[in-house]
Amino acid sequence: MTNMSILNGNVILPGADTTEQLSLHIADGKIASVGAAAPTAEHIDGSGLIVAPGIIDLGVFKTDKPAFRFGGITRAALLPDQSPVHDDPATVRFAALKGKPDLWVHPLAAATQGLDGLHMAEIALMKDAGAVAVATGRKWIADSGVMLRIMHYCAALDLPVIVHNEDTGVAGHAVATAGETATLLGLSSAPVVAETLAIARDLLLAKESGAHVHFRQVTTAGGLDLIRAAKAKGLRVTCGITPAHLFLSDNAISDFRTFAQLSPPLRSESDRLACIQAIADGTIDVIASGHDPRGPEDKRLPFSESAPGMAGAETLLALSLNLVRDNVISMGRMFELLASNPAKILGLNAGQICEGQEADLILIDVDAPWQVDGNRMAALAGNTPFDRLPVQGRVRQMLKGGKLI
Amino acid sequence: MTLRARHLLGIEQLSPPEITEILDLADRYVDLNRRTVKSSDVLAGLTQINMFFENSTRTQASFEIAGKRLGADVMNMAMQASSIKKGETLIDTAMTLNAMRADAIVIRHGSSGAVQLISSKVDCPVLNAGDGSHEHPTQALLDALTIMRRKGKVEGQTVVICGDVLHSRVARSNLFCLKSLGAEVRVVAPPALMPSGIEAFCAIPFSNFDAALNGADVIMMLRLQNERMQGDFIPSPREYFHLYGLDERRLALAKPDALVMHPGPMNRGVEIASSVADHVDRSAITEQVEMGVAVRMACLDILTRKARGQEGWA
Repeated sequence: MTNMSILNGNVILPGADTTEQLSLHIADGKIASVGAAAPTAEHIDGSGLIVAPGIIDLGVFKTDKPAFRFGGITRAALLPDQSPVHDDPATVRFAALKGKPDLWVHPLAAATQGLDGLHMAEIALMKDAGAVAVATGRKWIADSGVMLRIMHYCAALDLPVIVHNEDTGVAGHAVATAGETATLLGLSSAPVVAETLAIARDLLLAKESGAHVHFRQVTTAGGLDLIRAAKAKGLRVTCGITPAHLFLSDNAISDFRTFAQLSPPLRSESDRLACIQAIADGTIDVIASGHDPRGPEDKRLPFSESAPGMAGAETLLALSLNLVRDNVISMGRMFELLASNPAKILGLNAGQICEGQEADLILIDVDAPWQVDGNRMAALAGNTPFDRLPVQGRVRQMLKGGKLI
Repeated sequence: MTLRARHLLGIEQLSPPEITEILDLADRYVDLNRRTVKSSDVLAGLTQINMFFENSTRTQASFEIAGKRLGADVMNMAMQASSIKKGETLIDTAMTLNAMRADAIVIRHGSSGAVQLISSKVDCPVLNAGDGSHEHPTQALLDALTIMRRKGKVEGQTVVICGDVLHSRVARSNLFCLKSLGAEVRVVAPPALMPSGIEAFCAIPFSNFDAALNGADVIMMLRLQNERMQGDFIPSPREYFHLYGLDERRLALAKPDALVMHPGPMNRGVEIASSVADHVDRSAITEQVEMGVAVRMACLDILTRKARGQEGWA
């Protein structure tokens, strides 16, 4: 399939808030023209559908093709928390090739060997092997000296550093945010200062080193205030979030629901509202799935013994569309958060619909209703905290490099 | 009498009339327990399994005696030495026991919510004998019964709970039970051991023990666990006793007839002075143990009624 057209779709163009009814012509896997394309022999009728760039998921823990296909994810940044850890060029190179051609996996290199938080990994060699950024994985690097050296190193290599922000001393073994719900359930909890303290340190180190730091999940009002202020001062920092922290607060863990056991833990309602506000005012740059499918062996356990994480790839788009329906952001802005911003952060020439780019496209029926069902998900496991939730928005077609997936 | 739930997982799920019904029945079992011949055939032919994943002497013995006095066949599973060590999951263990057709399962587990998890997989009533830092409902019921018998009623009493409230399932269950029955509850804890959002449970938090004792009718001391005494939460046992230990000087700050309670086992000299613990008129600590058996008999009786063809849980 070298030549094809998508006719009369409502196309998301770079910088535009709303869609424009246009046709796309695709040749040799790339977008050849945007506008009034002459119908080719092969074509897709895009009328009534949104034609958008494929989602670039900045932060997944598993390569899960069926889930990514369902969710319209054409590229995924894979966190280094794998078995074995992605801390050497060979594992990184293998991960980068694994999904091709229908899914592009962009591996994130472990910042430290075995993610031990102490000894710097071979970052430059991993960059040559295909790593697009460096990440601390599920954990924070507690040693500030180690973190500063990593940031200096990455600044020199022009690699972004993707960090997880929970101060290990304050967080301890906490599985919930300190507050009424945690107290009611008798779960070990940590105050939100675990996050703000970690963000404050890493902002100072970012300033000191000149590194581009991406805070993968910022989930507290205090943390977002710090990022907002740093951005206003011109610091090269970006941040992301997952739909869970936008649409759920910590009362979702009532009844010891392990599917809502996340890292960082779900926060109070006021923090949740601050996250929505930060989406609206542009403080948050990325919405990612944090896709982490976990079977019953990890989740059908007492709450504090269960593993954190959720299967998020399938619900990422439909839940993000809620932000558009609620008039928090425009449709165009949503795809900046889902595609073009992650591409910019990772230095990928992707995430936008314009001539010359890879034809990574999704066709979406935004109104199509469906219900999230943990028992019938495409993902490797159905651990979704949104089980039984009615949502709207389905991906009807997906193209990776001009090929229908 | 009926309970709305099949299991006894926590006090939070019980309504005030349900609590009162359990206490009334337990009060009658106290009389049976004081007879020379203490046997009853209420639970004859039924099998009760005690699964204690955490070490326990008094609670396990109390549940065992309660079951035996009611005529049940009681079996104690030593969970620490069992298949859990071989890697079997909690749910598989529960389903195995369920297949053996137990009529009541008593569970203690170190993780909050673990008992509820097991209860969702078994057909018989499950009694929570303590899950992590969550609830220990029979302890709260026996405490309420002790107060009721000593003070006439729980309503209107000022109860001070002092100690490691953060990690205490006894404190949580007592908070729910005492508030349900109309007591005023004050909680005293070192700042690091006071749970956040405690005000939402209608408890009045204090960090100064002396201030909290003013006008107290009942003083409940909580056990300080050894693993928290090594400088992690408090600097040392003697510093803890200095600020939060109940001695005779502090006891004198409460009402002259204030009752001293402790769920046991006690750390004498850490949270409570021996002279107070052994005070003949003021200490109700051994009475609490006695009430424990009666309360557990009442709970086993009520929760197995449906299986015995009587009106039980709804």
